[in-house]
Amino acid sequence: MRLESARDLEDLREELLREPRRPTVRVCCGTGCRAAGAEEVLSAFEREVERHGLDVEVTSSGCQGWCERGPLVAAEARQVFYLSVSPHDVPAIVDHTLRRGRPLERLLYHTPSGEPVPNREEIPFYRKQVRVVLRNCGRVNPTDIRDYIRVGGYSALAKVLTQMSPEQVIEEVERAGLRGRGGAGFPTARKWAACRAQQETPKYLICNGDEGDPGAFMDRSVLEGDPHSVIEGMVIAAYAIGDVPEGYIYVRAEYPLAVRHLEIALRQAEEYGLLGEDILGTGFSFRIEIKRGAGAFVCGESTALMYSIEGKRGMPRQTPPRSVERGLWGKPTVLNNVKTFASVPVIISRGADWFAGIGTEGSKGTQVFALTGKVQNTGLVEVPMGITIRELVYDIGGGPREGRIKAVQIGGPSGGCIPEHLFDVPVDFDSLQEVGAMMGSGGLVVMDEADCMVAIARYFLSFTQAESCGKCTPCRVGTYRMLRIMDRIVEGKGRIEDLEELERLGRWIKETSLCGLGRSAPNPILTTLRYFREEYLAHIEDRYCPAGVCRSPGHYRINPEECIWCGLCAEACEDGAVRRTRQGFSIDPRLCTGCGRCRAVCPTGAVLFTEEVAV
Amino acid sequence: MGEPVPERGVRTEELANRLEPILSRYRGQEGGLIPLLQEVQGELGWLPEEALKLVAEATGLTLARVVGVASFYAQFYFEPRGRHVIRVCTGTACHIRGAPKILERLEEELGIRAGETAADLSFTLETVNCVGCCALAPVVVVDERVLKRRDHKKLWEWVRKRRVE
Repeated sequence: MRLESARDLEDLREELLREPRRPTVRVCCGTGCRAAGAEEVLSAFEREVERHGLDVEVTSSGCQGWCERGPLVAAEARQVFYLSVSPHDVPAIVDHTLRRGRPLERLLYHTPSGEPVPNREEIPFYRKQVRVVLRNCGRVNPTDIRDYIRVGGYSALAKVLTQMSPEQVIEEVERAGLRGRGGAGFPTARKWAACRAQQETPKYLICNGDEGDPGAFMDRSVLEGDPHSVIEGMVIAAYAIGDVPEGYIYVRAEYPLAVRHLEIALRQAEEYGLLGEDILGTGFSFRIEIKRGAGAFVCGESTALMYSIEGKRGMPRQTPPRSVERGLWGKPTVLNNVKTFASVPVIISRGADWFAGIGTEGSKGTQVFALTGKVQNTGLVEVPMGITIRELVYDIGGGPREGRIKAVQIGGPSGGCIPEHLFDVPVDFDSLQEVGAMMGSGGLVVMDEADCMVAIARYFLSFTQAESCGKCTPCRVGTYRMLRIMDRIVEGKGRIEDLEELERLGRWIKETSLCGLGRSAPNPILTTLRYFREEYLAHIEDRYCPAGVCRSPGHYRINPEECIWCGLCAEACEDGAVRRTRQGFSIDPRLCTGCGRCRAVCPTGAVLFTEEVAV
Repeated sequence: MGEPVPERGVRTEELANRLEPILSRYRGQEGGLIPLLQEVQGELGWLPEEALKLVAEATGLTLARVVGVASFYAQFYFEPRGRHVIRVCTGTACHIRGAPKILERLEEELGIRAGETAADLSFTLETVNCVGCCALAPVVVVDERVLKRRDHKKLWEWVRKRRVE
């Protein structure tokens, strides 16, 4: 079926809306729920509905967000939302909810006081969320374009192509205040306008879906759960920029399901005349091709990504010239993040004022976070810009699993660690920069007292160091030298001068690296040095890891001259290595794991530590 | 994936015939190098030296350039791969929820280090930066299946069974 005009699209939508809506059961089949067994749940529903001969539509959806409690099932007509559903629960759900219209209480969300909450929107995890980018995620079937059209999909494209000039589109995005969702937050409209102003043709458009940050899965969820919103946003962008015959969606290699759903969506969009030649009969043409990444983190950097599409090693180059002047194949190119494109259609259809009404003065709209780590509720959340970290962690995340939350790591390996006392900082591009972190792509990992901040900082650095492409010296050699120092510190062999050296190296790498990877690589170290310096000092001065994570290979013994027989060391030892004998306390080296607790609690400094001598 | 190439030193002719349908679509196209390598690896399971030579020939690029690109990306393999690939996610969320311990135990059970393949080609063990299932951390991906924490018991049983076979 090919739509020849905007009118055709509206007619189709009306027809779809007129169709009697059968009660729908939507089983979340995002990667998270799939891992939890969603596909078995889906087929169990299909079997059971058929067995009872019910007039119910059973369908899959993209990520519904609360991955922790998956597989998620929404019985939409009844407004009932089930958590952790297994195939064995399905007959009971069908019987209770679909046949008799009653919720099945045991699979509902229960408040801490034990009250069941059937409606998804009233669950604390969802209540504070504002879904703009994720508006359709989990609410439409991503493999059926008609679902997207029914909820208003492609109407923004029709409006743009028939009623707006390219300048008006850019103007609208400008007024909405949309900033790039890839992390750096560059104003989207300014990028488009700069590319539009270029004389050279053809121009190219790229959607960056190379989501490489460990701890982030927002882009994956959008591509899997609502691919058409990204496609629609790209076609609108191509129209606004002008002279763009072709666009690319660069998807990370580790996301096979996203590629599969995108392929289906592209094919359907072309069949319906919403992509390809002569879109909606307006004479405007634009093609999209998928490029699969091959596993290089640095390809998330825009110039490196373009080299990768050209079939070269994905190494960044010096800017300027910026990509909007000389990008892919040396032609003017606009590159935006998945979520940026997904935001565009809703800005056009609901208006710039509506979008600008969400968020803060400098950061409009919403931000999608992958909330993970040591909180009760983990998953995909979308919140208005300017929400505080505290609200995110405690109201949506539900607070700690056990113990006390110590910090959040925001923005992945290029971001920073923010300590608990700064949790009232609003989450927006500029406030985060002020405290030394950055929005990054939106990973938000919560850490508690069992996490050693020094070890975490070392972990991130080891990641960026390994992913450094090696082109520029500050990043290649600098991150390596920093990592060697960090290795020394976590092994309990650090020196006090190391801290100054880390800061000095970090500053240099930030100032002199070629691309964003190097320029942000020291952030985890620098922020932890700033906010958790006492943990570094404990590792260096006391050879002790307060979180009990780092082990120092070395030899502990108790000096009988200093020992006052208080026994605190024996109490502190979790490995039973401190023995009490007639001669006093001693440490059994066969049981000692080198945690250093005994040394930290000793009031007289009687626990001595000798470094392991390399043979 | 087709039949994997089990050993090194396969006959070039045989390989050329097998890869011809793929190579012919990319002949003379410089820009298609990465998708071409992906398809060749999809067919063979890894990239033997002979295959890289054929790719260089077909695209008109030097072998140095082809190897230069292939070796830049983590997803290209220059050694045969095991029949089962176990990937331990070491992303942030998995890291803080215990991935290093799982990796250590797998290395012990399988007798190979991360990044290695068992001599009998039964398993390849490797780490992956993030598979985007952070909410289920720590996760292990076996072939294409994502296993979350609760499934790890099954993982150990599975590993043991496969080792006996």
